[in-house]
Amino acid sequence: MSERLTASAIVAGVRAGTLSAVDVLEQHLAAIDGRETEVHAFNLVMADSARARAAEIDAAVAAGHDPGPLAGVPVALKDNMCTRGVPTTCSSKILEGWKPPYDGTVVSMLRNAGAITVGKTNLDEFAMGSSTENSAFGPTRNPLDTSRVPGGSSGGSAAAVAAGFAALSFGSDTGGSIRQPAALCGVVGVKPTYGRVSRYGLVAFASSLDQIGPFTQTVADAALALQVICGHDPMDSTSIPESVPVYSAALDRGVEGLRVGRIRDLPEGADADVAERVEQAFDALAAAGAMIVDVEVPAFTYGLTAYYIIAPAEASSNLARYDGVRYGMRVDAADTDSMYMATRSAGFGDEVKRRIMLGTYALSAGYYDAYYGKALRIRRLMADDFARAYEHADVLLTPTSPSVAFPFGAKTDSPLTMYLCDTYTIPTNLTGEPAISVPFGSGAYGLPVGVQVLAPSLGEPVMLQVAAELERAAGGLS
Amino acid sequence: MSERLTSDAVAKVARLARLDLTPDEIRLATEQLGDMLDHFADIDALDLSGIAPMTQPYRLVNVMREDVEMACLDRDEVLAAAPQPEAGRFRVPPTTGLEL
Repeated sequence: MSERLTASAIVAGVRAGTLSAVDVLEQHLAAIDGRETEVHAFNLVMADSARARAAEIDAAVAAGHDPGPLAGVPVALKDNMCTRGVPTTCSSKILEGWKPPYDGTVVSMLRNAGAITVGKTNLDEFAMGSSTENSAFGPTRNPLDTSRVPGGSSGGSAAAVAAGFAALSFGSDTGGSIRQPAALCGVVGVKPTYGRVSRYGLVAFASSLDQIGPFTQTVADAALALQVICGHDPMDSTSIPESVPVYSAALDRGVEGLRVGRIRDLPEGADADVAERVEQAFDALAAAGAMIVDVEVPAFTYGLTAYYIIAPAEASSNLARYDGVRYGMRVDAADTDSMYMATRSAGFGDEVKRRIMLGTYALSAGYYDAYYGKALRIRRLMADDFARAYEHADVLLTPTSPSVAFPFGAKTDSPLTMYLCDTYTIPTNLTGEPAISVPFGSGAYGLPVGVQVLAPSLGEPVMLQVAAELERAAGGLS
Repeated sequence: MSERLTSDAVAKVARLARLDLTPDEIRLATEQLGDMLDHFADIDALDLSGIAPMTQPYRLVNVMREDVEMACLDRDEVLAAAPQPEAGRFRVPPTTGLEL
């Protein structure tokens, strides 16, 4: 893969006129032609519109204009981001063929920055899953070993970058759906601070947890992508108004004097190969001058339970809109209520139905206090615990996923087994804090391991600073 | 099999969620949702009294804007995405008046 261009290199070349956006795009389209049938990263490849856009970018450069900070970068978008006039399916039969009447804010930002959308990527239906096996259109395969899953739910976006189909891609992370597939596919994945990136035009799964973020080949590319998509958006009432810092500023600064927290009461469950790499990551940061400090996050262990009550509860409400009236499919019936039932039963897959029912149950009379009410209080405990931990540490380090990429079908028999994939990623969705997964060597079967750097709210700069150090150290791993 | 959930309760939840499940689907859902509720038992013993619920991560503020006319979605484009648009509206089956 050494011949592959990073997004940063593409931008520099295209802006300087030494690289043609058309040529860069054709390389990526050739990679798609070569392996997409095998990998199935995309629900839709947009070759024609991408070619037209690439020609516009080259023309702009030739005319002396700057096409923007992502000039000529081929990007892939998870198929739960609204693209005007272009099908947006959420990998669900219920939205098959639906063409949104507007662009999501991130989609517009990327276009305005000069990026070229090459396609819409596959996902677990409505982003519910950790393997991309729940797509109504068939699974995505891990480009590094096609007998294994790419992770999920943004499996298509992770695979697209890993396979060289796109230089950058974007996903959404509700409980780890960017970071876990990034770890399993050996790329960088970021969940920004909640509210840092607009959710306008992101099809809602769990609105208090969802956040858009990038998949990239390098940490520098992650900084570049964040620079483009972060910022206040009046169209999203949860958007953070604070100004956006320069994310690339600290990448070369090293970690001398930074405090890196080890969570002493982290839930067990990581495989030995993963745990060993995380230890090596601590060692590498210590060798680079960081101080390793012990912290405690007692509520961490209850994260899975709190999440699998809160997320389905919000989903059961959000997905009530799929009723066969305003968009998507309809199964006709004699009266409206029967039409709702018939449409939803035919349109949703098993996992989506399971979560809608779990959420409906958790919110129903008699159970609200025992489940949803309690989960919201655990969420508060979690936020308080992390706040205390960050009094002693600048960042925290954990595994991203408990294991490397697993074979198809390995976890589909038991939903609970699949949910355990999210153990280490869920807490930051509950607290709204940012986290990044960085490839750090390989584990079992030579498959990549990701380590996760967690930071306090709006702590993206220090998170990226530490991630960059890990990336440098990973280069020297055996 | 979990004792926390009966198939009758699952059938009721499915009805509330407007999902039509077969008896086999109800049986499987009862088992799977029961397993999850068993796992959730880890929070049963927690004393959380006095802790304020946290509904979302960021401070909640009322977002206001100037009351001025702004562009909105194109009506024809929105209706074109509907399963059964008719004369500028969404057509639905009868909601009342049927012998059910």
